[in-house]
Amino acid sequence: MTDWINVILQGVLVGGLYAMFAAGLSLIFGVMRLVNIAHGDLIVLAAYLALVATQTLGIGPLVSLLIVVPLMAAIGYALQRLILNRTLGEDLLPPLLVTFGLSVIIQNGLLALFTADDRKLQAGAIEVATVRLFEGVYVGLLPLLQFAVAVAVIAALQFVFYRTALGRAFRATADSPEVAQLMGLDNRHVFALAMALSLAVVAIAGVFLAIRADFDPSIGPARLIFGFEAVIIGGLGSLWGTLAGGLVLGVAQAIGAHINPGWQILAGHIAFLAILAVRPEGLFAKGRA
Amino acid sequence: MSTRVTFASRSSRAGMALCAVGFVTLAAAPAWGGRDDLQLLSEMYSYVALASLWNLLAGYAGLVSVGQQAYVGLGAYILFAFAILAGLPPLAAIPLAGIISAAVAVPVAGLVFRLRGHYFAIGTWIVAEVFRLTASQVSVLGGGSGTSLPAALIIAIAPSRQLRDFVEYWVALALVVAVLLLIVLLLRSRYGLALKAIRDSELAATCNGIDVRRTKILVYIVTAGATAMIGAFIFLQRLRISPDAAFSVNDWTAFVIFITVIGGIGRIEGPIIGTIVFFALRQTLADLGTFYLLMLGAVAITIMLATPKGIWGLVVEKLGWQIFPLERRVIADSNAVARDAAKT
Repeated sequence: MTDWINVILQGVLVGGLYAMFAAGLSLIFGVMRLVNIAHGDLIVLAAYLALVATQTLGIGPLVSLLIVVPLMAAIGYALQRLILNRTLGEDLLPPLLVTFGLSVIIQNGLLALFTADDRKLQAGAIEVATVRLFEGVYVGLLPLLQFAVAVAVIAALQFVFYRTALGRAFRATADSPEVAQLMGLDNRHVFALAMALSLAVVAIAGVFLAIRADFDPSIGPARLIFGFEAVIIGGLGSLWGTLAGGLVLGVAQAIGAHINPGWQILAGHIAFLAILAVRPEGLFAKGRA
Repeated sequence: MSTRVTFASRSSRAGMALCAVGFVTLAAAPAWGGRDDLQLLSEMYSYVALASLWNLLAGYAGLVSVGQQAYVGLGAYILFAFAILAGLPPLAAIPLAGIISAAVAVPVAGLVFRLRGHYFAIGTWIVAEVFRLTASQVSVLGGGSGTSLPAALIIAIAPSRQLRDFVEYWVALALVVAVLLLIVLLLRSRYGLALKAIRDSELAATCNGIDVRRTKILVYIVTAGATAMIGAFIFLQRLRISPDAAFSVNDWTAFVIFITVIGGIGRIEGPIIGTIVFFALRQTLADLGTFYLLMLGAVAITIMLATPKGIWGLVVEKLGWQIFPLERRVIADSNAVARDAAKT
């Protein structure tokens, strides 16, 4: 019994990380109908930036967030302003192709600079610290912290979206770019800010990913897929739904892995396809896919 | 006034003549080329076929898939399964791979067509990942590390190595010609007219009585079967299969998309031009390793931003050429015009 409680608990805690992968993805889709194929590779890029920051400055990975988050946000703003804004329009192929190209460029750029070796960020004592919930059930302090950060990120995005002027601008451009422009908003700037916010979340997710497990330049696309699955499972247009989607995916993977280590990822995909078959609008949808 | 519709134009007549000369020259390649030439050409044919099929999906039916590697790998695994488990000759297994994969595409379409636009794209990718992970669980076909084709079956194709090279080369040529012919005939049929209408405006197509969803699903299934046959052939030629190679997103989707976009999406000539450019770049820059892929990504982005219609799109815009007779042109019958004039 405690065995299964542990499995599900681990799944829930990993699910927080998946929800962070998903939040950035669903944010930019919500605002400008853009699916960023390079999303996973940007997560890996953030992990490498943190690696460089910790090695050159001798700081811990959590402190490196102070550098990596603003850096990734700046990259996001520039990327949107210089390249991605030019791809937006009726035709969905240009943004898809351009972000696909970016994905190939980031992967091979990282490969050329850092080789294909496995890397990991060392967070020190916090990595092995555990908390006892009750007899036989322990959770690591780090996964717990990561989960708390994920909930905080979702809550912060929810606040920005529904309680601030920036969020109002996001929602206005999402509803009608033309009218938003007539009301004096600069869509190009609003889209760039959305991408900056998305990549700030990506930066946090990337650093936690890099503390949790080994990473190398090739693992980006799988992170994109996990994030995408969490978005669809949770339902489009709902941030708390995205968190729930991440948890469902994390638990499905944990159960799969517990039955047979080869089935971890497959179990997540099958949970996604099952939900797509029986409830294509997702578990907590506001709109339709 | 009576009118008639014609497909041919002066440039397409010249184009067809050029194609006939090209086909005869290429069919005779075993007489003038070495073993390396034949292999390079076969590989190019496979990419022309894969890119043409992706172009049919994305350029005409508006179905941007990044998961066609699902069918490349599925076709290849079906061929290996028939060969290893049933001892079926590999060449006979190629059409079977096409039929079975098309049948598999029916329920898959039921799932992925619940997603739209970009989400459809990533949905198809997940299906391909499910296929890859499933293949690596099948231990009789080597699991995650893959397996080889039994030597006896390869020798059964033709007695000598040289003759085998020739047979495989002609099969590759036959497959690409069949795929191009299939696409030309499809586009000239009423489904083709429906597809072009959908490409230009889905709303207008629906208003004119086209069942958009049914047409798209049909194209998806036909494409899946044909892609699987190409996949089966590619891995017959490689003699070895593994889940990572058979379901590779880079080899069977990224390159295919880059080829189509560089050559010109939504035009049948595009994938052919794109393949020539792609292989020319590869032959000259492949020594650069990862930088080659980096540059390929950059070239694709630049073309998409600068000339979204690709190289052939530019040619059509500036010169109005078409190699394949596909463009419907309405021609007024001059005798009928004269008769109509006499009546009034």
